[in-house]
Amino acid sequence: MFGLNDTCILEQDQEYLSLEDYQGRVSRWCAGCGDNGILGATQRLCRDEQLPREKTVFVSGIGCAARFPHYMNTYGFHGLHGRALPIAQGVKIRRPDLNVFVNMGDGDCCSIGTAHWIHAIRANMDLVVMLHDNGIYGLTKNQASPTTPSGLKTNTTPRGTLLRALNPLTVTLGVTNASFVAQVGEWIPDLLYEVIRQAYHHKGLSFIRILQRCPHFTAELYASLLTNPDNILLLTHENGMQISETTAKIYKRQETHDPTDLNRAREIAEMSDKVPMGILYRNEQIGRYDELSKSGIIPNWERRAAVLESAFDRIGIQTNVPE
Amino acid sequence: MKEQTVRAEADSKQLIQADEHIIEILSDSGEGAQTAGQMFATMSAKAGNSVWTVEIIPAEIEPPARSAPGASGNRIRIGSFDITNAGDEADLVVAFNEQVLMGGMSAGKFESGCIILLESMWGKHPNPAIAREYAEMMEKLRKTDYRIYEVPMEAECMKYVQDARRGKNMFVVGMLCNIYSRDLNYAYKEIENRFKAKKPTLIKPNVDLLEAGYRWAEENLDFRFEIPTCPVTGSQLVTNGNTSLALGIIAAGMEVCSMYPITPATSASHYLSQALYEAGGIVHQAEDEIAACAFAIGASYAGKTAVTITSGPGMALKTELMALSVMAEIPLVLVNVQRGGPSTGLPTKVEQGDLLAAIFGTPGDAPKVVMAPATIEDCFYCMITARKIAETFRTLVVVLSDANLATGQQAFPRPQLKKEWDAPPIDQSPIPKGAKAYDWDPKTGLSRRFIPGQPGGMHTLTGLAHTRASGVAYDPEANQEGCDNRSLKLAAFQKTLKAPKVFGDADGDLLIIGWGSTKGAIEEAVTRVRKDGMKVSALHLTYLQPMASGIKEIMQQFRRVMTVEINYSDDPAHEMIDENNRRYANLAWLLRARYLIDVDCWSNVHGQPIKPGSIERMIRDRMTSKQTH
Ligand SMILES: Cc1ncc(C[n+]2csc(CCOP(=O)(O)OP(=O)(O)O)c2C)c(N)n1
Ligand code: SF4
Ligand SMILES: [Mg+2]
Repeated sequence: MFGLNDTCILEQDQEYLSLEDYQGRVSRWCAGCGDNGILGATQRLCRDEQLPREKTVFVSGIGCAARFPHYMNTYGFHGLHGRALPIAQGVKIRRPDLNVFVNMGDGDCCSIGTAHWIHAIRANMDLVVMLHDNGIYGLTKNQASPTTPSGLKTNTTPRGTLLRALNPLTVTLGVTNASFVAQVGEWIPDLLYEVIRQAYHHKGLSFIRILQRCPHFTAELYASLLTNPDNILLLTHENGMQISETTAKIYKRQETHDPTDLNRAREIAEMSDKVPMGILYRNEQIGRYDELSKSGIIPNWERRAAVLESAFDRIGIQTNVPE
Repeated sequence: MKEQTVRAEADSKQLIQADEHIIEILSDSGEGAQTAGQMFATMSAKAGNSVWTVEIIPAEIEPPARSAPGASGNRIRIGSFDITNAGDEADLVVAFNEQVLMGGMSAGKFESGCIILLESMWGKHPNPAIAREYAEMMEKLRKTDYRIYEVPMEAECMKYVQDARRGKNMFVVGMLCNIYSRDLNYAYKEIENRFKAKKPTLIKPNVDLLEAGYRWAEENLDFRFEIPTCPVTGSQLVTNGNTSLALGIIAAGMEVCSMYPITPATSASHYLSQALYEAGGIVHQAEDEIAACAFAIGASYAGKTAVTITSGPGMALKTELMALSVMAEIPLVLVNVQRGGPSTGLPTKVEQGDLLAAIFGTPGDAPKVVMAPATIEDCFYCMITARKIAETFRTLVVVLSDANLATGQQAFPRPQLKKEWDAPPIDQSPIPKGAKAYDWDPKTGLSRRFIPGQPGGMHTLTGLAHTRASGVAYDPEANQEGCDNRSLKLAAFQKTLKAPKVFGDADGDLLIIGWGSTKGAIEEAVTRVRKDGMKVSALHLTYLQPMASGIKEIMQQFRRVMTVEINYSDDPAHEMIDENNRRYANLAWLLRARYLIDVDCWSNVHGQPIKPGSIERMIRDRMTSKQTH
């Protein structure tokens, strides 16, 4: 247009990206849905880190939580129920330049996608993984999920769920190569932001279980944590979360927990009387599949041709030419 | 019918000229029959024979010694004309023990009059049970019309080596060189190639064994064969279909192959695991087929078209993701090296039973391209085409190979690499303002794909029904529009296809239509009956979905049309079966539905490649019977 090079316009536009620049479509979550808070914190992170929108990809499964990418103004992949993780791994494998985030519900991650969850933890690729745990199947309207507390009545458990809830933290911490495991409630914005920020800076797969309110179906699930902050145990450490004074004042029950201490992390994850929040475990020394699988060879046609010609030589013959 | 001319040689040996011969070498696993077979096949190819080899692989990893199911080895068909398939019954069998003969005999795999060269040591074995087994088998064999020669392989080899188990195979190669009038120089060269780098000290004993085998055959056998060579010269590759696929994947510029192990597809990934790595790419072994397909889709979405390789059960698991690839228009190549089904079925056996599943297996309307290589050479080139189609049409391309191609070995001209095969670099240019992620062209349904990293192209791709801007579609028209456009792409692609060529005359009494690996056998059978003046032709389809224009017109030139396939169809002669309930073979269903022509079929699920001889018999039957089926 008018001889203008719009590449330059784009570059100018990109100079500073505001919160609005990261906002996608208008969210359709219920009023009071905890997913809104997760979205806000994530947009804040993007702005603060000035993540290039074209270099940022949110991959999700299917569910309420999985609508997340639509509400970001970045690249997004709203995939299949349970399959967000292997899709995200595929995105990352050849594109280390992309920031890849994964958003899953508890059904997505801990039920239909369980195999992928375990194996993605083990592969430890550089992804930020958010488990939006509302303890229920939201989108399909109130069926029990693996994290639904025992005894809760849902549409598929009219007499109450029979089994104890699966604990995503102990599962994750039990998987070989877990390298970053955190838990936070989405109703505590600065904690949420801080955990996501630390996850973003972690090299490897960072797994955050976000306790997410679903006022529509599981309004009571986290109510006691909201009314009584003493039910929450804040994990603090000089190498852990940075928390503000106000937060520290509200959440008085704290433990100084060194995130490199895996055994203690597992004990904390097992706690039944308190709900821990903060970084349970972090270890950047663990091998990453995206790094380990690199050959260091630059793929191009010349290289491919060389590999093929030498393969051809190995399986090749000359016919009718007595040797 | 194999053509032979017999001449007596001076020393009372018969010199038999044949235009083809099928040789089987059978041993316990670990005795080297496979190596012997490969060596002899390579030498034959170098000498100018056309060759097709099939590996005979026992189902178990360590099968019991001296057992029928433990038979391991090679079947080698050599000829003086273009050999395109594994052929009919074996003419000459070398067996390292009598038990490995059992399987083939009971399956009718040996031609009557077949020559059997059998290791004789077992007859005098110190273990009386073994000696008895041998004697019993000899008794059985004597009742057949096979020509049995007992060969003291072990004893002869012991003259040169301490452990004959490790050298018998070279003795066998020596015998075969004599029997098939092969210049020993080819064999010397093969031995050198094999041992030069790793164990040069083994060259001498192997040459000794080779020469011993050659001499033994010269002195003790009363026949020799000559399979005239054909006039091809030049560089050829000798390989199987899976390696050919793997090489094609590299030539197509694909950089990510993700898979989960499954027979008979896995060997392609075995080969690629190193080769693709050396080319700067990756083979990813996922936790299951679902993850493998999701991983490939993620990689394709963010970059170059990826490939996922599997077999039937794996394709079943990938179904939902295949639909995602179609729905979200993410290019993807899915290779299904078919095996026998349903369920776990016949893992190592041949079948073409996944065609309908590939085309229709996805719930909802998921138009995709389905193609099938017919030869080992095709396996290479079809990967290049598949990648191009997937990218150009933003769609899923399913490539249906099968166990027959996967394990067969054939020589084909060494490809001359062309840069135009290569995938273009990942587009990272800015997207113009206002452009939409699915800006479907009203004529072709095509739209430009946005790849992460392209400034201005931000959008969320979704497997939900979506609008042109990739928003979740809430109004009823939007889904119709999306489905219309995805289907339109297939129509646009279809316009680029050329009608396949008829093999034989353009009109006649019977047209046999096939797809995939049966091409060679069908055309060989058709050639044989045409020699007798029968008006039979063949048509082979590479594109099964969509199909090229002109196929109906071809069919209309024939009085009868039928398919020959390796998959299930009801026996129309069964008292329970009539036109209201008869279930047809995969391709026959498709042709009947599309062209409203009464296409018949002949198929089975024996798990074996179809022999040209059985197709030939079927054709002769039908041509003489008045029935329409
Ligand atoms: C293969 C498949 N099975 C089932 C569904 C139906 N489904 C959609 S979302 C969902 C569960 C959603 O629960 P969760 O993952 O916890 O997400 P939430 O809605 O609670 O955020 C189910 C079962 C589907 N889309 N695909
Ligand atoms: S159902 Fe629950 S999880 Fe879903 S949008 Fe509403 S509040 Fe949020
Ligand atoms: Mg949920």
